[in-house]
Amino acid sequence: MGTERSGADILVESLVRQGVEYVFGYPGGAVLPIYDALFGDERIRHVLVRHEAGAAHAAEGYARSTGKPGVVLVTSGPGATNAITGIADAFMDSIPLVVLTGQVATALIGSDAFQEADTIGISRHCTKHNYLVKDPAELAATIDEAFQIATTGRPGPVLIDIPKDVQVASAMLHDAAPQRRNRYAPRLEASTDEIAEAIALMEKAERPIFYTGGGVINSGPRASALLRELQGLTGAPVTSTLMGLGAFPADSPDWLGMLGMHGTYESNMAMNRADLIVCVGARFDDRVTGRLDAFSPHSIKIHIDIDRASINKVVPVDLGIVGDCATVLEQLVQAWGNRKPRDLTAWKQQIDGWRARKSLSFPKSDKAIMPQLAVQRLYELTRDKDPIITTEVGQHQMWAAQHFHFFGPNKWLTSGGLGTMGYGLPAAIGAQCGNPGELVIDVAGDASIQMNIQELGTATQYRLPVKVFILNNQWMGMVRQWQELTYESRYSQSYSDSLPDFVKLAEAYGWKGIRIENESQLDDGIRAMIAHDGPVIVDCQVSNEANCFPMIPSGAAHTDMILPGDEVAGTMDDEAKALV
Amino acid sequence: MMKIRTEAAERHVLTITVDNEAGILAKIAGLFTARGYNIDSLTVADITENHALSRITIVTNGPPAQVDQIRAQLERLIPVHKVVDLTEVGPYVERELALIKVAGTGDIRVEALRVAELFRAKVVDTTTRSFVFELTGTPDKIDSFVALMRELGLVEVGRTGIVGMVRGPEGT
Repeated sequence: MGTERSGADILVESLVRQGVEYVFGYPGGAVLPIYDALFGDERIRHVLVRHEAGAAHAAEGYARSTGKPGVVLVTSGPGATNAITGIADAFMDSIPLVVLTGQVATALIGSDAFQEADTIGISRHCTKHNYLVKDPAELAATIDEAFQIATTGRPGPVLIDIPKDVQVASAMLHDAAPQRRNRYAPRLEASTDEIAEAIALMEKAERPIFYTGGGVINSGPRASALLRELQGLTGAPVTSTLMGLGAFPADSPDWLGMLGMHGTYESNMAMNRADLIVCVGARFDDRVTGRLDAFSPHSIKIHIDIDRASINKVVPVDLGIVGDCATVLEQLVQAWGNRKPRDLTAWKQQIDGWRARKSLSFPKSDKAIMPQLAVQRLYELTRDKDPIITTEVGQHQMWAAQHFHFFGPNKWLTSGGLGTMGYGLPAAIGAQCGNPGELVIDVAGDASIQMNIQELGTATQYRLPVKVFILNNQWMGMVRQWQELTYESRYSQSYSDSLPDFVKLAEAYGWKGIRIENESQLDDGIRAMIAHDGPVIVDCQVSNEANCFPMIPSGAAHTDMILPGDEVAGTMDDEAKALV
Repeated sequence: MMKIRTEAAERHVLTITVDNEAGILAKIAGLFTARGYNIDSLTVADITENHALSRITIVTNGPPAQVDQIRAQLERLIPVHKVVDLTEVGPYVERELALIKVAGTGDIRVEALRVAELFRAKVVDTTTRSFVFELTGTPDKIDSFVALMRELGLVEVGRTGIVGMVRGPEGT
């Protein structure tokens, strides 16, 4: 049974059937039939962004904070190309998106028509899969498969390019769900042999460590709960990548903090000296490993990942387990059973020695607010509200990762793999849509916030009470820091000249603006931000040349961290300069 | 000064079974360029009655860890059903077809024909001043034949790139 409907109607119906609540988009010529089908339809709420990059990041923020796929709708040509950065970002961080792009009519494809771009070609290597739909009869099944692919296995963005004539032409919309081709069936479970081998290794390890990542978050809240359970059984300490923060509670005595380039001394030293690393849903990124030939030289490595291509990609491991984090963690918990954990006292004492270095300490200043202090106060004054934190990219992002603490998954939304400045504001907008009533704060920098500043208007239009907390140091701080450490402080193009008056800018968009100029205003400013029932920009003016430490300089080993108070040479050799 | 380093490479023959859909060849070829892998040869053709599947044969070279990574990266593409590394799975045969045009008269023409017979090349076109030979074999055999023809009036060569298959009764 079914009815004859236009392609645009079939598309909207298919989205409703997938349970889509929000579409983040921007209209244009090649998607007018779809926008007409959406007109007056109360079942789907459309959020009109101010730039298509904002649509993709907002959908990411929605997806990360809710665990549901984010949906993007943009026009052909510039609409699609503007969304590409957000799509690439979602691909790197494994975020489920379904991106619908308009395309010129089938007969015009390849003719350099107005607003034509080869969207399929451009998006091929930054999507998990993409489709060009040439017949409205294929739309329902394509959309169904797109949602399946985006949300199962290693999640990621899937793009569907829909020519305008396919939106107008009609086909049967069947009442029954489309028949699935079932060509995509990722492996979720580990074999019993793999589990037995992993348990045997975990049981006899003297210096074990869990190294967890975004895969634990992506696998759903159950994975975080199971990680805590397995940690409780084995007693092994836990470190996490930037992407995995929140999977393990930051107030546990076995929490080591983040690892890697701006991770804690104790987590990096523990990784270096461990005899067993259990990597759960992380991918040995170069920001995590430091110099590869010096990475954890004496450990046996177990790697649990849903993507077979992540295993042995960068670091060869002793036991690779392809499977879903939650499923495999549950198998491990069950297989562990009543075993007694090994006495890890000596290992934990060694770790306490590294902790005593207090690698996250920072110099006090009576002249300016230290940015680390600003993040600490923001954390202390908001922790009872369990806020969702988004960030842009740079020093402020690392300070937020170091000094804000997380206790549950889906609360920390940051662009890890691609490192996209301009991510935080639209991501906060998407997160606020998916979590009305929750406190959502974008911790931003003065340079990053300007990359998608136009989205202030989006928050105003939909009355989204997002907060933007700018650590304003008048520099592209991370670029300046690298220039200080690597290029003898030759600050080439890293000064944020001609900054806007952020308070006036906030007011111009109908937001509240708050300026914090010294430490005595800090707590009151943050309280006023929380108290305001609407969107707020806080321009928090911080020490201009603070550096983000600790730091593993590029090309260095985990054991060669720059710690607070260390002298730095101000230059590096060519081998180090060649690394990102 | 810093120098760029390279690692020792091995030759591997991969067969890839894929859904016969638009853009799949670009997807696979693009994966190789995007991730810096090598393609020495690539062949592709439809292999099912209903035109649903194609078989792609790629000859690549790279360090062993990279070849393993190539397989894993190919396998995670949605339209890819199966990737087999023939070099890993055991003895296999590989064949390539070449068309070789040679022009000349007199002794060199006679000599070209004699060498072609030795290589069991077929004559598929002839004029009084030229031959087009068809030769099937391993890439090495074709290389040797082409090298000999170079002295005997070689005009042009067209090669298909190889297809391969595991020996014995089992499929892959």
